[in-house]
Amino acid sequence: MAGAPVSDPMNPTRSFQGLLLTLQRFWAERGCVVLQPYDMEVGAGTFHPATTLRALGPKPWKAAYVQPSRRPKDGRYGENPNRLQHYYQFQVILKPSPPDLQQLYLDSLQAIGVDMALHDIRFVEDDWESPTLGAWGLGWECWCDGMEVSQFTYFQQVAGVECAPVAGELTYGLERLACYLQGVDRIMDLNFNGLEGEDRVSYGDVFLQAEQEFSRYNFEHADTAMLFRHFNDAEAECRALLAAGEAGEGANDPRHSLALPAYDQCIKASHMFNLLDARGVISVTERQSYILRVRELSKACGAAWLKTAGGGAN
Amino acid sequence: MPDLLLELFSEEIPARMQRKAAEDLKKLVTDALVERGLVYEGAQAFATPRRLALHIAELPVRGRDIREERKGPRVGAPEAAVQGFLKAAGLVSLDQATVVSDPKKGDSYIAIIEKPGQETVAAIAEIVPQVIRSFPWPKSMRWGKASAAGASLRWVRPLHSILCTFGPETEEPEVVRFDVDGIASGNTTYGHRFHAPQAITVRRFDDYVAHLEKAKVVLDADRRKEIILTDARNLAFAQGLDLVEDEGLLEEVAGLVEWPVVLMGAFEERFLEIPGEAIRATIRANQKSFVLRDPATGALANKFILVSNLNASDGGSAIVAGNGRVVRARLSDAAYFFATDKGSLPDLDTFRDSAGTLGLDLAKPLDQRMAKLDKLGVVFHAKIGTQGARVQRIAALARELAPIVGADPDLAERAAKLAKADLPTEMVGEFPELQGLMGRKYAELQGENPSIAAAIEEHYKPLGPSDRVPTDPVSVAVGLADKLDTLVGFWAIDEKPTGSKDPYALRRAALGVIRLVVENGVRLSLAGVARDPDLVSFFHDRLKVVLRDAGARHDLVDAVLGEGASNNDDLLLITRRVDALSRFLDTEDGVNLLSGYRRAANILKAEEKKDGEGAFAAAADLQLIADAGLIEEKGLAVALAQATPKAEAAVAKEDFEGAMAALAELRPAVDAFFDKVTVNDPDPALRANRLKLLNQLREATRAVADFSRIAG
Repeated sequence: MAGAPVSDPMNPTRSFQGLLLTLQRFWAERGCVVLQPYDMEVGAGTFHPATTLRALGPKPWKAAYVQPSRRPKDGRYGENPNRLQHYYQFQVILKPSPPDLQQLYLDSLQAIGVDMALHDIRFVEDDWESPTLGAWGLGWECWCDGMEVSQFTYFQQVAGVECAPVAGELTYGLERLACYLQGVDRIMDLNFNGLEGEDRVSYGDVFLQAEQEFSRYNFEHADTAMLFRHFNDAEAECRALLAAGEAGEGANDPRHSLALPAYDQCIKASHMFNLLDARGVISVTERQSYILRVRELSKACGAAWLKTAGGGAN
Repeated sequence: MPDLLLELFSEEIPARMQRKAAEDLKKLVTDALVERGLVYEGAQAFATPRRLALHIAELPVRGRDIREERKGPRVGAPEAAVQGFLKAAGLVSLDQATVVSDPKKGDSYIAIIEKPGQETVAAIAEIVPQVIRSFPWPKSMRWGKASAAGASLRWVRPLHSILCTFGPETEEPEVVRFDVDGIASGNTTYGHRFHAPQAITVRRFDDYVAHLEKAKVVLDADRRKEIILTDARNLAFAQGLDLVEDEGLLEEVAGLVEWPVVLMGAFEERFLEIPGEAIRATIRANQKSFVLRDPATGALANKFILVSNLNASDGGSAIVAGNGRVVRARLSDAAYFFATDKGSLPDLDTFRDSAGTLGLDLAKPLDQRMAKLDKLGVVFHAKIGTQGARVQRIAALARELAPIVGADPDLAERAAKLAKADLPTEMVGEFPELQGLMGRKYAELQGENPSIAAAIEEHYKPLGPSDRVPTDPVSVAVGLADKLDTLVGFWAIDEKPTGSKDPYALRRAALGVIRLVVENGVRLSLAGVARDPDLVSFFHDRLKVVLRDAGARHDLVDAVLGEGASNNDDLLLITRRVDALSRFLDTEDGVNLLSGYRRAANILKAEEKKDGEGAFAAAADLQLIADAGLIEEKGLAVALAQATPKAEAAVAKEDFEGAMAALAELRPAVDAFFDKVTVNDPDPALRANRLKLLNQLREATRAVADFSRIAG
């Protein structure tokens, strides 16, 4: 919030939640619907249907939301200063991409307290690709004084479908950005609520135990036979829903009626794969075939979405 | 004469694409101008992260008028022919055509078509939009509202504005007006994103460069590089340090800034325990910064040079602090990787069977990593199998090759077993370019024999024609085993290089084998290890390339390889033979013997046509020569009887100089023979015998090479 006094606990340079709220407010003021996190385990904010599916089809769309991202493989039992198996991304999606998207992004940095006269902001080539989503785009990693603080992507293809029009996607790595703003070297040391003394709550107070327990789960305890089963179940359910939602020959309404539930199952399969991968039970060759299976689901879901009202079908 | 100024202003262009894009812009625009007859004095193209610019000096105001004559039908030709002519020439009626008279052919029509030269401004307004629409970016994208339609403009990143002016130095230039997907050309640009974001009105190249400079944009990438290098050296010098120069990094960094500001950062000295190569790799790859060296010790210093894009209001201290924090985090990671790699793996028990199969000592960290690599079943190639199986084959082959290259078989086998052990280390996982090098470090730390440690790093070498070839016999054994196993494996699954496609760098592997063998004087029979005759001939092809690059004649290689190419499977011997042959043919004896050989071969060819192939294959009848032959005939027979076994013996001893010298002894007898003896004697017996003698000469030369393949 531009102008919030530094003493304000909600100042983005003082608290993690202040950073979150500032970004939400900033993008709300620029016409985004501010959504809440999707209630499923995903590896990145991009998986949220508000991005993946809404990026498809002709309808304009502007949304911003925080999304917890689960990357089982990145767990370090809470011991690594900047690697976590659960962290937050702040995601902005604007379709079509506005002509001043770079400037809007820079304004958002200003809003969270980055002074452009002091800091070196750079757009460094980084082409984005998600093999499981069948998606790619061109853009940059955004650097602030040599640190990657965001990903900036112009989606070209999602779920195997050409984006028309193209959406612009911004992803802020919130913990990293907060470390930078608060001048802290370890994520767990972040001030979460901006208060001091005995009222102070750190990121570690909130998440350290979870990091430890989930690292144990991800690497040591996850029941791989069950995960394989869940993967297969989710895949089968996804396919069944895609088939069931298809309008039959001569139906009054030609639209697909189950695209969103089908996509949920695709997300589920993807997360099961990530857990299996973290457990090290998927060999290098098998890995590719699992990725392909998820991609096939996501492509089919994308195709179904285009046959819904949200996807532009009338 | 007027100049053209063109600028395409966009969002950040990837650094690696900028230089080529500027060149492409220049070529495409100037080619199109020249094609329209618009020649110019000079052209220069530039690139910064946000713009491509082109300046073309001294173009004419308009192209030359074109006058063209088109011949038509004769006067009184059928109506169809007349109509066709009118249509082709763009005439309405015959009144517009001219009649010409020819004394032989009579009167006919011609059309004289005069096209006034195109205004250059109009030509530019046609050319530039075309160039923009079909620009050869390696990767391009669509954006914004326009991308809802199918065929919207593609550019490397969103294109924002186009500046295009044309005019002489003395007058106000004119804006060349055109429109590309809603972007109208104009005469404005923008300065540095943060220092001077306002629009700038530009007239021509001179004031464009000056305006940009004032707006904190250095247009010329080479000047940015110079600024960065000079400032970096000076900052280093002030601290008594040397800059570790890095052209690739410099080029990239110059493409990331419009206004380079060079700063120095530091990190804690304790990080210097990390191998210098790893420090450099992380600082280079992740931070795009330069490292510094202490000139006294040659060791890395705990400082680095970063290049920012901002004249910060605090002199850059926040930027230095921020970069320092990131570098420290990266180095903490690297230190953690290094420490982890030096320690024991937690799940050792699961690797016991792998360690057993491979004969590894699980008390040692690097052995553990190899066991892990095997246990995980990491695939080298889906059809060839796992890394573990591959390492076993390489170890067996290295052991087999060891005596041939003069290496201790135990050392060679052990080195091969550890050669890939660094692949599952944390450090190599993070910095793949450190493979081999980290293996060597870890081997040294666990007290391996120095030759083993060296071989782990060097077995990948040589990586290219200019890379050093290892000389330690253990490195040679493992290097050969690794490359041969790769080649044999890919040949077995029929994944050979074709044309420009060589995804597994098999040509490089074969070249590596050739250089290892030839430069170390290794005698290796390829057929034994290569198995597939096709692979042997692949080696021959690569060898030809190598020898040709080294200045040898292509035909001499063919001559040495001869017809039974697959028997010639010793690369070192082939090379030596080519050398000896090449030297021999540089002597007078060599030249004359070759011409003698050719005469003999030509006569034989002609006569064999009459008498049939192999008609003169038998040895000449010496008695007949003694009884009825000429003295020169006898002389050749004697010379052949002496020289042939000598040459063969020398070849058997691999003394190719000796073999050539033996052949050289034939020369006077051959010269005298052709001087005095008529081969096609009326007496059929004498004729046949003389031809047999020539056949013996032909065969004698075959001992060293197939002379028929020598060109010229």
